[in-house]
Amino acid sequence: MTPLSPDDYTAIRLSLQVATSATIIALPLGFAAAYLLAFSEIRGKAIIEGIINLPLVLPPVVVGYLLLLLFGRNGWIGKLLNHFGISVIFSLKGAVIASAIVGFPLLVRSIRIGMESIDKQYIHASRTLGASWWDTLFSITIPLCYRATLAGMTLMFARSLGEFGATIILAGNIPGVTQTIPLAIYQYTSTPGGDQMALSLCIVSIGLSFIVLLLSEAANRKMARN
Amino acid sequence: MKLEVNIEKHFPVFRCVFDFVLDNGSCGVFGPSGSGKSTLMNMLSGLITPDKGTIKLNGQTLFDSTKAINITPDKRRIGVVFQHAHLFPHMSVKKNLFYGRNRTRPEERNIDPDQLISVLGLESLLDRSVTQLSGGEKQRVALGRTILACPDLILLDEPLTGLDGQLKFQIIPHLRRVFAEFAIPMLFISHSLQEMRMMTEKVLVMGKGTIDCQKSTEELARTTLGNGGRGYTNLLDLDSPEDLGDLLSYSWGKVKLMLVKTENATAGQFSLGGRDILLFKKHPEATSARNMLSCTVRSTYQTDWLVGVELQCEDKILIAEIVPQSVEEMNIRPGAEVVAVMKASAFQRLY
Repeated sequence: MTPLSPDDYTAIRLSLQVATSATIIALPLGFAAAYLLAFSEIRGKAIIEGIINLPLVLPPVVVGYLLLLLFGRNGWIGKLLNHFGISVIFSLKGAVIASAIVGFPLLVRSIRIGMESIDKQYIHASRTLGASWWDTLFSITIPLCYRATLAGMTLMFARSLGEFGATIILAGNIPGVTQTIPLAIYQYTSTPGGDQMALSLCIVSIGLSFIVLLLSEAANRKMARN
Repeated sequence: MKLEVNIEKHFPVFRCVFDFVLDNGSCGVFGPSGSGKSTLMNMLSGLITPDKGTIKLNGQTLFDSTKAINITPDKRRIGVVFQHAHLFPHMSVKKNLFYGRNRTRPEERNIDPDQLISVLGLESLLDRSVTQLSGGEKQRVALGRTILACPDLILLDEPLTGLDGQLKFQIIPHLRRVFAEFAIPMLFISHSLQEMRMMTEKVLVMGKGTIDCQKSTEELARTTLGNGGRGYTNLLDLDSPEDLGDLLSYSWGKVKLMLVKTENATAGQFSLGGRDILLFKKHPEATSARNMLSCTVRSTYQTDWLVGVELQCEDKILIAEIVPQSVEEMNIRPGAEVVAVMKASAFQRLY
């Protein structure tokens, strides 16, 4: 195995940074979306569900391109952000947004399954015992679906670690700025003699993903015991 | 307690219209499955919103469609004990018990938790996980949890339905003690007449989505609707027995009753079918039955195929059900003297 270069270490750091940020940013939104789908009786739920799940079935490159149109200088959101001096494309922010969007359906799906398995009578019991909606959310709903939430976060984190297509379109492949592990591997494989370096990063990537899954499983078991 | 309800709710295949006033502290809602009992409970507690109408509790409007008032469930101060307890699985028994109390304003906490825990016999269970409790224990904790929230009214939605016979009757004394001791108004919802008779004195009888009538529980028990055509059942609270060797002698007020010997020879409630009582004009000379009580006929009433005879035995009242021909032949009418005969084995212990 070829030793890692300083740029590789930066790619690993950026990957972890992007995956963590994307997961943390997506969590409250994912929880809200899952709650809406699991408990509300609004019309057009199937359409909302379809929109949320779209990144799961679309090629990531298509998602990336659509994000580029939205966040580009002439895009709806891009124009708005420009007023505040914020630029998303070809920056780490872009990588985080791309990862958050692509991993979002996995997070929502997992939390939603957890929420749907909660007997609604627990929520009713809580309300009739004097707990407000927010109180019930924090004291009953969230604790009763924490394992599903953790599973969703793990899936999303792992997906973000491996995100490539949307990221390269929206954030580019700039070493030290937006180059994450998958992008670095891509660059090595397109460079003559870079195979060994690519293999080293692949091993790091496998190791990281495996550690995430092991940690998640350990936390899940501990929670189940408690 | 005064509960005034006048509400309507339409479902795709079902329509509920409830219009009644209750001023009794302990009332039952009796009706077959699918008659709308749980819908009524959910509308009272605020878990379902009626289409129109008003709900008032002790003068306070909880719901009024014309004034757009709809108090949320957490502000209604109406507690609910659900059919399957629904204790929060991620909390200990103690945390479950205090969940509602911790969300009640200090000035409204008018029930002593230690006293309630003692009445419900929960002292030894406090630190347990709710997953380690039996069905009966779970219902006792659910009851305690609701009472400790100090509601103005408690709705018990078939709280005994999920329990088997013996467990069910183990809980009833706790329920009775709690509601007697803490004087909490309650609405007891059930399709079981026996449970209803043990818990309430007045009932709302429900048909398909409406209140058919309001009557006393005793009156309901004498109807075919109430007893499901199985006849009237006398419920007798008997004191501790005296062991007579092969039999047990129980006191029922001033009346002495002989019962078959059992292992659990303590005071308790027993049932005696009205159709298991034989009536004689004179004291029989010799009979295998061990109980012969001299009684006076108080009244008679007609059921579908039988006649109910209300008997005064010392200070107690018994109901016997006999065929109309016997009534005519024996000339049974109010004031007539008869001897009621029951076998020692005709009594069934309830708890």
